[in-house]
Amino acid sequence: MARVVIDVMLKPEILDPQGQAVQRALPRLGFDGVADVRQGKRFELELEGPADEAALARVREMAETFLANTVIEDFTVRVEESTAPADTAGTGGTR
Amino acid sequence: MTARIGVVTFPGSLDDRDAARAVRLAGAEPVALWHRDTDLRDVDAVILPGGFSYGDYLRCGAIARFSPVMGTVIERARAGLPVLGICNGFQVLCEAHLLPGALTRNDHLHFICRDQRLRVENADTAWTRDYTAGQEITIPLKNGEGGYVADEHTLDELEGEGRVVFRYLDLNPNGSRRDIAGITNAAGNVVGLMPHPEHAVEDLTGSGTDGLGFFTSAVKNLVGIA
Repeated sequence: MARVVIDVMLKPEILDPQGQAVQRALPRLGFDGVADVRQGKRFELELEGPADEAALARVREMAETFLANTVIEDFTVRVEESTAPADTAGTGGTR
Repeated sequence: MTARIGVVTFPGSLDDRDAARAVRLAGAEPVALWHRDTDLRDVDAVILPGGFSYGDYLRCGAIARFSPVMGTVIERARAGLPVLGICNGFQVLCEAHLLPGALTRNDHLHFICRDQRLRVENADTAWTRDYTAGQEITIPLKNGEGGYVADEHTLDELEGEGRVVFRYLDLNPNGSRRDIAGITNAAGNVVGLMPHPEHAVEDLTGSGTDGLGFFTSAVKNLVGIA
């Protein structure tokens, strides 16, 4: 088993009104110093087999044709080690 | 001969009934098509109606684009079948790459619902022949993700080839680039727009009858008296 993470973000030239709304809300909530916010999507895929080159090629094809709309979005694919320790940066997660 | 115009229903479609009614008022026979159908039942044209197909999951129109019925619609549209995408149908056509660009979240983030004035820029498509170029019409607009975007090169190409079919007048309701409300493919058989002509076909229900021309255009086109 391997976990593959796909991040999908609007291309830099595409307006992100949701990100802008978040950025505008931050100072009201007392969070200063944020110059820009972009909002995106994260997909976590649990592969049945190893994340070898063939599997990753299929994942990229999946992202290209379905998970992202490459007219307006960019995506990145990365493998997350399934044996990695749990994320300890935050306490609000569900993992 | 009565023209047969298919209206696709996806899970989450809302305006398939109104589209079928508009087809009937225009003198054609509406044919219900289900998202799982691959057979288009000998229709002469297809309408992809408004709504929230597959709950707008992932992106508006992204899942509908891969439905069985769309496999056939895409193939036939490339061969010249007239296809009209209204609102969510426009989003499906863009996701299917039958039309360039994409629809994004309204720049003001609010769902908008209003009677919208438009200018018909191209009266030579399969769906706009009953209008005249430059004609101004008013039909309802209702969307949350109707901001039309495409790269500058594509926008220039659309303008240069006369493929901007409708432009918003008075105000730009959703941040669409160059006030674009609707576009067509190079052949003129595939048209997509965000506003809803099928809601403006009868005086009884309000918003006038400016939308009826879409459907009568298709009928005249199909029976060869355009």
